[in-house]
Amino acid sequence: LSCKVLSSVVTPCYCFVSPQIRVKPDNTGVVTDGVKHSMNPFCEIAVEEAVKLKEKKLIKEVVAVSCGPQQSQETIRTALAMGADRGIHVDVSGKDYENLGPLQVSKILAALAKQEDAQLILLGKQAIDDDCNQTGQMTAALLDWPQGTFASEVSLEGDKINLVREIDGGLEHIKINTPAVITADLRLNTPRYATLPNIMKAKKKKIVTVKPADLGVDVTSRLEVLKVEEPPQRQAGMKVETVEDLVVKLKEAGRV
Amino acid sequence: MAALFKARRALSSFFTGCRSLSQLAELPETHQILRQTCRDYADRELSPIAARLDKEHVYPAKQIQELGAMGVMAMEVPEELGGAGMDYLAYSLAMEEISRGCASTGVVVSVNNSLYIGPILKFGTEEQKKQWIQPFTTGEKVGCFALSEPGNGSDAGAASTTAHQEGDEWVVNGTKAWITNSWDASAAIVFATTDKTLKHKGISAFLVPMPHPGLSLGKKEDKLGIRASSTANIILEDCRIPLGYMLGPRGSGFKIAMQTLDSGRIGIAAQALGIAQASLECAADYAHRRTAFGAPIGKLQAIQFKLADMAVAIEGARLLTWKAALLRDSKKAFTKEAAMAKLAASEAATFCSHQAIQVLGGMGYVTDMPAERHYRDARITEIYEGTSEIQRLVIAGQLLKEYQL
Repeated sequence: LSCKVLSSVVTPCYCFVSPQIRVKPDNTGVVTDGVKHSMNPFCEIAVEEAVKLKEKKLIKEVVAVSCGPQQSQETIRTALAMGADRGIHVDVSGKDYENLGPLQVSKILAALAKQEDAQLILLGKQAIDDDCNQTGQMTAALLDWPQGTFASEVSLEGDKINLVREIDGGLEHIKINTPAVITADLRLNTPRYATLPNIMKAKKKKIVTVKPADLGVDVTSRLEVLKVEEPPQRQAGMKVETVEDLVVKLKEAGRV
Repeated sequence: MAALFKARRALSSFFTGCRSLSQLAELPETHQILRQTCRDYADRELSPIAARLDKEHVYPAKQIQELGAMGVMAMEVPEELGGAGMDYLAYSLAMEEISRGCASTGVVVSVNNSLYIGPILKFGTEEQKKQWIQPFTTGEKVGCFALSEPGNGSDAGAASTTAHQEGDEWVVNGTKAWITNSWDASAAIVFATTDKTLKHKGISAFLVPMPHPGLSLGKKEDKLGIRASSTANIILEDCRIPLGYMLGPRGSGFKIAMQTLDSGRIGIAAQALGIAQASLECAADYAHRRTAFGAPIGKLQAIQFKLADMAVAIEGARLLTWKAALLRDSKKAFTKEAAMAKLAASEAATFCSHQAIQVLGGMGYVTDMPAERHYRDARITEIYEGTSEIQRLVIAGQLLKEYQL
């Protein structure tokens, strides 16, 4: 497959270090000020897979994409340090960024895939901040491409892709045509640490900034967040002496 | 008039001495990514095993190789020789993050970079660089620096290890003490006197492979801290090496050692910063969780003042370290700043680790929490690569020159 791979580095996700996640006082979302943002772990795995395919000379070029404000460029730079060839930063900031969801990102990715004539889109299966698990699937649908989601093994065979998917029942082996969308699951690979020389080389690689409007994409959200609240505080449990006591207590609580 | 001129010169050297003063305020993007990469590595691969490495005195061979693959074991070495081709600011950042995960791993990295590869890079011939640097960039092999002896540490000029020429060989005799990495090294830079009458101007530097006939190792020291790194005597008894194994001109050994230690101090300052930072994070985290008198202890001023003092000590030492690194990268004189950085950072490390135990109370005294290990690891930073007392002498020496006293 001599093709270009669009490796989507999903919007940098919120990576909470030591402070705890706090809901904003007006219940419209979580506090993001001063919280460290870094590359979504599943996207790291996707980038690693793309770079590995390039090292095996099965694909020609890896393009890392991120949608978000200026800081997203740092995430793209990390992908470049891992081995991606160039980056595209889709500039979305402020309120647009807060409301950016899978549908908008998929539209952007679909537009970019057409523009770049990409044959493969590799993304993480889901972002660990919103856990939507929708972008890959929506992108495939918008492009009318086959999709291989929750991939734990990917191998290229001519112009087809053999995939092993992790599903509830076990492992599913499928074969899909290209062009295609693949979403990476945890066991697909172990992402490399960028080597220092590659971090230096990444400085010279190009990152192009575009706006969603340039791609003909409207990022207005179709969803309105009504309320965000913390889960109820965990109550203390209680110990009982016998199974009979347990049944009585469960009945009292209306659970049985 | 002379005083004004002196003052103006001092002022202008402050501004031109640090070409990228803005880099102290915000690091360049590459350096930020580098710092984050090293931090991720330390968090995932070093912190989880640091306690076990310390308890069992185990050399982190696998981690050193992984760091080698990343380029961290030869950061300043040009890419053609297998290094990362980065600057000393990058090196300080990497050292701090790695030491924050495991101080022992940090010292192995520092000795290889600054004390072993450093002088060969600066004083070695092209042939020596290929032979003695290239294999030591991947983490598979590490080197060590043998200057101290049982009879002299700070008094480096009084070396009693001798080297005399016999035909086409040097024959080295003597004992070196406190050598970090000794049990895990594949080469050593040994300082020996080739002419006792010239005193410190008679000392020369030699490259010695390990193992080698005539070179043996003393017992591994059982240390208070940095226990995963080996420290031992190196005993040389009629150790014969080819003439080509001398590093730099004859009689330049003392100069090589002093210049090497100047740079090494930046690495050790960064190691101390890592230990101090780890202590602060341990204390801050505990202060957030531990409740007493009805609230997290972080709400109490007594604890807050400690955390503030720790943060100030660290940030001050960190900026000194970065400045020393930036000066070195700009090829400006940096001896005074490196000594200040090492002094400030090592004293910050002992202060912060001491206070961290205090914040943790009883929990700080037991091995369940890393505070006690930081306390033990920090102590050596005030001693090796120039004791705090020597640093003060170096700084005063520079000040006396500046003020023409």
